[in-house]
Amino acid sequence: MSFMYEKLLGGKNGTVGFVLLATLILVVFPLALDGFRLNLVAKYLTYAFPAISLVLLWGYGGTLSLGQGIFFGLGGYGMAMFLKLEASSPENTAIQSTPGIPDFMDWNQLTALPWFWEPFNSFTFTLLAILIIPSVFAYLIGVAMFKRRVGGVYFAIITQVVSLILTVLIVGQQGYTGGINGITDLRTLHGWDITSDFAKNLFYFITCFLLLAVILMSRFILTSKFGRLLLAMRDKEDRVRFSGYDVANFKIFIFCFSAMISAIGGAMFTLSVGFMSPSFVGIVPSIEMVIFAAVGGRLSLIGAVYGCLLINFGKTAFSESFPELWLFLMGGLFIAVVMFFPNGLAGLWEDHSHHIKKRLGFITSLFSKNDTAAVAPKLEGSN
Amino acid sequence: MGGYTSSELMAIFAMQGFAGISLFSVLLLMALGLAIIFGQMGVINMAHGEFMAAGAYTTYLLSTVTETYFPGFMPYYFLVAIVAAFFVAAALGYLAEWALIRHLYKRPLDTLLATWGLSLIMQQAYRSIFGAREVSPALPDWLMGSYQPTDMIDIPLNGMFVLALTLLITGGVFYLMFKSSWGLKVRATTQNRVMSGAVGINTKKVDRLTFALGCGIAGVAGAAFTTIASTGPTTGTLYIVDTFMVVVFGGAASLLGTIASAFSIAQAQSILEFFISGSMAKVFTLLTLVVILMFKPEGLFASKVRR
Amino acid sequence: MMSANTDFTLAVEELTVSFDGFKAVDNLNFYLDKNELHVVIGPNGAGKTTVLDLICGKTKSTSGSIKFMNKELTKLSEHEIVRAGVGRKFQTPSIYENLTVFENLEVSYPRGRGVFGSLMFKRDAEVENKILEIAKEIMLDHMLETEAALLSHGQKQWLEIGMLLIQDPQLLMLDEPVAGMSVKEREQTAELLNKISAGRSVLVIEHDMEFVAQIAHKVTVLHQGKILASGDMDTVQKDPKVIEVYLGH
Repeated sequence: MSFMYEKLLGGKNGTVGFVLLATLILVVFPLALDGFRLNLVAKYLTYAFPAISLVLLWGYGGTLSLGQGIFFGLGGYGMAMFLKLEASSPENTAIQSTPGIPDFMDWNQLTALPWFWEPFNSFTFTLLAILIIPSVFAYLIGVAMFKRRVGGVYFAIITQVVSLILTVLIVGQQGYTGGINGITDLRTLHGWDITSDFAKNLFYFITCFLLLAVILMSRFILTSKFGRLLLAMRDKEDRVRFSGYDVANFKIFIFCFSAMISAIGGAMFTLSVGFMSPSFVGIVPSIEMVIFAAVGGRLSLIGAVYGCLLINFGKTAFSESFPELWLFLMGGLFIAVVMFFPNGLAGLWEDHSHHIKKRLGFITSLFSKNDTAAVAPKLEGSN
Repeated sequence: MGGYTSSELMAIFAMQGFAGISLFSVLLLMALGLAIIFGQMGVINMAHGEFMAAGAYTTYLLSTVTETYFPGFMPYYFLVAIVAAFFVAAALGYLAEWALIRHLYKRPLDTLLATWGLSLIMQQAYRSIFGAREVSPALPDWLMGSYQPTDMIDIPLNGMFVLALTLLITGGVFYLMFKSSWGLKVRATTQNRVMSGAVGINTKKVDRLTFALGCGIAGVAGAAFTTIASTGPTTGTLYIVDTFMVVVFGGAASLLGTIASAFSIAQAQSILEFFISGSMAKVFTLLTLVVILMFKPEGLFASKVRR
Repeated sequence: MMSANTDFTLAVEELTVSFDGFKAVDNLNFYLDKNELHVVIGPNGAGKTTVLDLICGKTKSTSGSIKFMNKELTKLSEHEIVRAGVGRKFQTPSIYENLTVFENLEVSYPRGRGVFGSLMFKRDAEVENKILEIAKEIMLDHMLETEAALLSHGQKQWLEIGMLLIQDPQLLMLDEPVAGMSVKEREQTAELLNKISAGRSVLVIEHDMEFVAQIAHKVTVLHQGKILASGDMDTVQKDPKVIEVYLGH
C-alpha cells in the first residue's frame, strides 16, 4: 500500500492532485455536461496523452519532440483502418465497382485491398499494432538519433520533418490512406454502433481510465531511479555517461514510451470522434501538443491534462465567436508561457498556494499575539 | 523514365533544372538568413518564413502604390521594393530580437516555441491586413518573357533575375561575415560571448543586428518570391521546414555548405517533380535528407572540431 | 594490442591524438602502478585534460593503446570504461544541481544501470548504508537532504569525488580537484585523497604545487603533449627542463 502511495501517487501532494483530477473528469464533467459537450471533452482528453508524453520526454528528459503527432496519428489511423474495414463489408459497399474495399479506394480506382490493410481485419492485431508500430517507429528514430548523440534543436527539427513527411504521404496517397479527408464514416465495432450516445459515453470513461492509468505509469517511471536519471541527464549528460550509464538507451526508452501513450490517445480519438485525418498528424497539431504541456507546466503530468482542457475549451469558445482573435491569443500564449510562466499552470498554482499559505500565516500571526515573534522570522525565511 | 528519348530527357533536365533554380534562389536566400541566425547565434527562428512573407507583402504594397500613383515608375519600382523588403523585414526582426529573442538566448528550445507563437501572430496579422486570398504584385515588363536557346528549352527571365539577385546577396553576405570587421565581431561573439564582451565588443548590439540582418535577407527572399509565386498569409510556413533542412543539411555553421545544400535540395525536388507527383517528390527529398542526417548528423560541411 | 600483459593498473603506450593536424598528445608513454597517487602537472595547453579525456573515452585517440588492468580501453565506449572501473572527475564540479546530495550519490550507485534495472531499482538498506558511508568520507553526511545547488564550491567538488567513490573504481582520475577551494578545504581534500588512494590508483591533474607536494607519490610534467620529466616531486622540481618551461618565458 505504501508502495502504491509513494511510487504511483507521488506522496501527499501527488495524491491530492490525482484525486482532484479523477473527480473532475469522472464525476463533475459527466454530471455537469450534456452528451455533446462530454464527447468534446473526450476529444480534448485524448490530446492529453501526447501532452503527458511530452512532460516525460521534454519536461523531464530535456528532449523536445515536434513529432508527437506522428504517433498520435499512427494510433488513430490504426484504429480507423480496422473500423473502416468493418464499415466496408461487401454488403455495405455493394454499389461500388469493387465491393468490400473502403470507399475512397474505390474512388481512386483501386481494385483490391492493399497488403498492409489486410491484417487490420483483426481487432487483436489492430490493438497490438496501435501499441507496437509507434514504439518501433520511435525506436528506429531514437536509435539513429540518440546513439549518435543528436539532441536538442536537431532532434526537434528532424521529428518535425518526419511528421511533415508523414502528412504529405498520407495526403498524397489518397487511394491507400483516404487523403486529406482522412478515414471517415466509421460506424460499428464488431457490429456494435459506436455513434450512439451510450457508446460515446462509454468511450469517454474508457479514455478517462486510460488517461489516469497513463498518469500512474508515468509517475512510477518518474519516482524510480530512472526518473532521477532523466533529470540528471537533462542537467549533466556527461556526468551520467561517466557514471557508467548508456545515456542513449534511457532516451530511446522514454521516447518509445512517449510514442506508445501518444498512440493510445490517437486510438481513443478515432473512437470518440469517429474519424481520423492528416490534420491531427502534422506540424501544427504536433506543436500544439507541446503548448498543451507547456501551459500545464512542463514538469507536471496532471498539469498537462489541465493545459489541454483549458486551451481546447478556449479554442472552441473563441473560434466559434472570434476566430481571428484566437490565433493572436494562441500566438501570445506561446510567447507568454515561455517568457513569463515557464512552469505553466502548475508553477502558477505552486506560487499561488505558497502565497495563500504565507498570507494565512501572516493573518494568524496578527491574531495570535503570543506567536507573533515566532512567526515573523519564519516569514522572512520563506521568501 | 523509359518513355523518353535521350534528347527529350536532356531537355527535361535542363528545363526542370532551370525551374529548380528559382526554388534554389528562394531557398538559398531564406537559408542564408537562417544560417546566420541559427548557425551563428544558435537561435531557432520558426517565424523566419513570416519575415519572408513580410518582404513579399512589402513588394506587393509598393507595386500597388506605384501602379496607382506613379505608373511611369513601374519599370523601376521592383528594385526599390527589394531594398524596402530588406529594411521592413530587418526592422521587424530588430524589434523581435529586442522584445523576445534576447531574453531566451540560453534556452534554444524555448526560442523555438516563442518564435512559433510570433509566427502565428504574424500570419494572423497578414490575414487581417491583406485578407486570406493570395496576392501578386504587378511585375515590370522586363521581368516577363523568356529566353529560348533551342525550341525545346524555355528559360523564364524572372528566374534568371532572381538567380542574379541571389548570387549578389550571397556574395554580400560572404563579404560581410568573413571579410568585414563586423563579421569578425559576429563570429567572435558566437564563439565566446563572455570574452568578446571583455574585449569591448557590444555583444547585445551584435546579436540584434545579426538577427535583423538574417530577417532582412529573408525579406529579400520574399521580394524574389513574388516573381515566381503569389503570396498568402501562410506562404512562409510552406518554406520554413525546407529551409531548416537546407541549413541543417549544409552543416549549420557553414555558408558554403548552405549553398551546396540549397542547390541539391532544390534540384532534386524540381527534377523529381517531373517524374512523380509533387507531393511524392517532396516525400522522397525530405526522406533522403532525414536518412542522410541520421548517418551524418553534423551535416555535409561541418568541420571536425575539438569539443 | 601491442604490449604484453603487465602489473600496471594503467599502461598508456604510444598514444597520439591530433585535431586537424595539431597533436594535442604526441606519442605518450605513461604507466601507473597499483595504489599509486600520480599527479600530472604542466603549463596550460600541455594536454593534461586531453590525456584524461582519452583514458575515459571522451576523446578518441588517433593511434596508440591505453590498457587498464590489461584491458584495452581505446575501443570501448564511455560507460563501458566506467564499468571496467575507471572514474573521472571533471574540472568544474559536475553534479546534478536539482537533486539532493543523497540522490546525487544514489544515482551514481553502481546498480540498476540498465533501463529496466533503473525502473526496478529499490533503495534498500545496503544502498542507504553505502551512501551514508561515502557521505561521511566526503564530509557531507550532515547535508544528505540538501539540494546540491546550495552546496559551496568546495563541497560540490567533494560530492563529485563521492559520486565516483561510491562506484569503487580501481582508477580514479581527478581534474584539478582543489581549484577554487579555500586553504582549509584544500587541507581537507589532501587528507581525503590520501585516504582514498589506499586500495586504488589515483591520477590527479593539478596546478597548485603546494598541494601537489602534499599528496603526490610521483609527478609527471607534461609539455606540448609530451612528457618532459617524471619522478618524485624533488627530482622533478630540480629538473632544468621543467624550470625552463615554467620560468623560461
